[in-house]
Amino acid sequence: MSELAIKQDVTAIVQAAIEKHGRNREALIPILSEINHAFGHIPGNAFREVQKQIHNPGEQTYIAESQLYALASFYDMLSTKPRGRHVIKFCENAPCHVVGGKAIWNALQERLNLANGETTPDFKWTLVTTSCLGLCSVGPVLLVDDDIYGNVTPEQIPDILKNYE
Amino acid sequence: MAFYRSHVLVCVDPECLAKGAHDIIDALQDEFVAQGLINEIQVLETSRIGKCSEGPEMMVYPEGVHYHGMSVDDIPYLVEEHFLKGRIVERFQEVIKPLVDEELGPLRPKEVRVVLRNCGEIDPNNIEDYLAIDGYQALGKALLEMTPEKVIEEVTNSGLRGRGGAGFPAGKKWALTRQVQGSPKYMVCNADEGDPGAFMNRRVLEGDPHSVIEGMIIGAYAVGASYGYIYCRAEYPLAVETLRIAITQAREFGLLGSNIFGTDFSFDLEVRVGAGAFVCGEETALMASIMGKRGEPSPRPPFPSVKGVWGKPTNNNNVETYSNIPQIITKGAAWYSSMGTERSKGTKTFAVGGNVTNPGLIEVPMGITLREIIFEVAGGIKDGKQFKAVQTGGPMGGCLTETHLDLPLDYEALTQAGSMMGSGGLVVIDENSCMVDIARFFMDFTQAESCGKCTPCRVGTRRILEMLQKICDGRGEDGDIEKLEALCYEVSRNSLCGLGQGAPNPVISTLKHFRHEYEAHIYEKRCPAKVCRPLIRFEVQAETCTGCTVCARNCPVHAISGERRQTHIIDEKACIHCGVCVQVCNFNAIHVLS
Repeated sequence: MSELAIKQDVTAIVQAAIEKHGRNREALIPILSEINHAFGHIPGNAFREVQKQIHNPGEQTYIAESQLYALASFYDMLSTKPRGRHVIKFCENAPCHVVGGKAIWNALQERLNLANGETTPDFKWTLVTTSCLGLCSVGPVLLVDDDIYGNVTPEQIPDILKNYE
Repeated sequence: MAFYRSHVLVCVDPECLAKGAHDIIDALQDEFVAQGLINEIQVLETSRIGKCSEGPEMMVYPEGVHYHGMSVDDIPYLVEEHFLKGRIVERFQEVIKPLVDEELGPLRPKEVRVVLRNCGEIDPNNIEDYLAIDGYQALGKALLEMTPEKVIEEVTNSGLRGRGGAGFPAGKKWALTRQVQGSPKYMVCNADEGDPGAFMNRRVLEGDPHSVIEGMIIGAYAVGASYGYIYCRAEYPLAVETLRIAITQAREFGLLGSNIFGTDFSFDLEVRVGAGAFVCGEETALMASIMGKRGEPSPRPPFPSVKGVWGKPTNNNNVETYSNIPQIITKGAAWYSSMGTERSKGTKTFAVGGNVTNPGLIEVPMGITLREIIFEVAGGIKDGKQFKAVQTGGPMGGCLTETHLDLPLDYEALTQAGSMMGSGGLVVIDENSCMVDIARFFMDFTQAESCGKCTPCRVGTRRILEMLQKICDGRGEDGDIEKLEALCYEVSRNSLCGLGQGAPNPVISTLKHFRHEYEAHIYEKRCPAKVCRPLIRFEVQAETCTGCTVCARNCPVHAISGERRQTHIIDEKACIHCGVCVQVCNFNAIHVLS
């Protein structure tokens, strides 16, 4: 995607998100979530765009770019860094940990040669840990994009990854 | 009024209509006239009998027989068989497949399901299913027969306490919010179930959303609130979707909106989705997030009842608390308070995880013992291993031991034992786990989830984690335990919210009950459970080693050598303690020592 195309996209997506959620303060997290969903992360110019589009002197609505960035950096699901085409979310929480999660995590890191939060140079994979998904009765659990894998063993990792292009 | 011996309900949903439902109705009428049955049998139009995919669908009462897939030509035969001869036509009969709920399963021994009673029993996306089992009757009773004060009194008398974990009496909280002057007032439902290992609320939201909504509407009536938010974490996409459908349907049925049940009470509700921040489960942080801010807690008082969302009086309860309400109103306070202990009434849902044979979701009466939960309800320790500890109350709870297994479970008993009820996660830990490692693990979690607003939590949790890491790495020194204790005390005393105040609990409780493990790490440089990698070594047992070479071939760092059929040797210096050799050895010849 050319830079111009991304720029036009950002404008359109921000506009659609604001139309859907409104321009009140309480709409900011939903708006940022939509942008994050569309691009996999929040591009830098999106903050400016949201600020610009929400700014309305008549209604005295003003949000600083820094306030938007403060939100994006606080919430785990909002990313300010570009992510890979597929995001692997691994549950590292106690219930998964005690049923062998550590071995899965090691296998994932070794296989992809990534540490937590990193993305492969070809932008195919991003590896992150996630908060508990509440699927503890089938732990260890991992998520590739929106697909859930439960009762995972280290041996299954190559087969799971093979499903994604 | 005419009396009919039988009623035939034909589904006229769009899909069934497209498959000729009206023709079926006409054909039925004609046939009933022809057979002289028209004064005995009534044909009615209805909707949503089944999935419509096999339509047209119809139900015959009083037998309750569900037919589908018949054509107009089949009607004379069907009428003759069923209505004249009284024989069910199996060819068209819908075979009812019970809904299978993999997570919940059939009732386990000692379980009593109040909150989970509808999960897996009804279709959560169809409000009529909930209405059919007397759903929203409690709301009708509250609005039409009870004053707000009476509702609060009933809830107070039931003894229901906050199921989010702190156990504040629900009726008392409602009374407080009601007393405060201010308008509008808000209802908030905390569905930000972030504790690792806890998924009880998710199950209720996904399986029985209307019980939560009904509980919230009743609460709104009691405290005088006009608008509500359900704050649900984004990690639960299905729950969010189910809630949205449920709210829309409740609105369509006039159960949300203006003048509910024709009274002057109005209330509406929306779902707010989180964006991945554990601390948002803390009520002040949650409200900040609803208002579009960073989810950082603020000091209490003022409590939300006085100053909550948008600075207005706000009643904040957990999913499970709300979902108990309709049944308390319908069946009465006495029924509810007949279950449980002196101070903790009713039932509690738990998510049992870790090293048990049957992990999953359970609901048990308060007062049950941990032993009953672990060994009877959850089937005991997996693979016949020894029980070592159980972590209750999530990452801010504590580890309890064998000696606590017979405590009758209630809020006070758990707190006195050094843990807490929390939201209801139970992680069972067997003999193969190192308690220092477990404490480090929980600290790793709270340290990462600390929002950073207050220093004791932001810096304190990190320092505690570093000290635990040092001990696990075998670098612990004399005095570390005392330093750790002092730091834990400061962090829990001085932190702003429950996260920081509770964060040291896993360390404090393991220090109390498993101090010998800390001491072994520090003074003997030994990990008794043989978990902490820097403190273990691997040794090939000459008596059992057959020299099959499997370990040598699988060792990632080629630290194992030996001729075929000769005892192999592990090079201590090269070994990275990964444990692969132990896993691959077929003769159990490699032992872990510490």
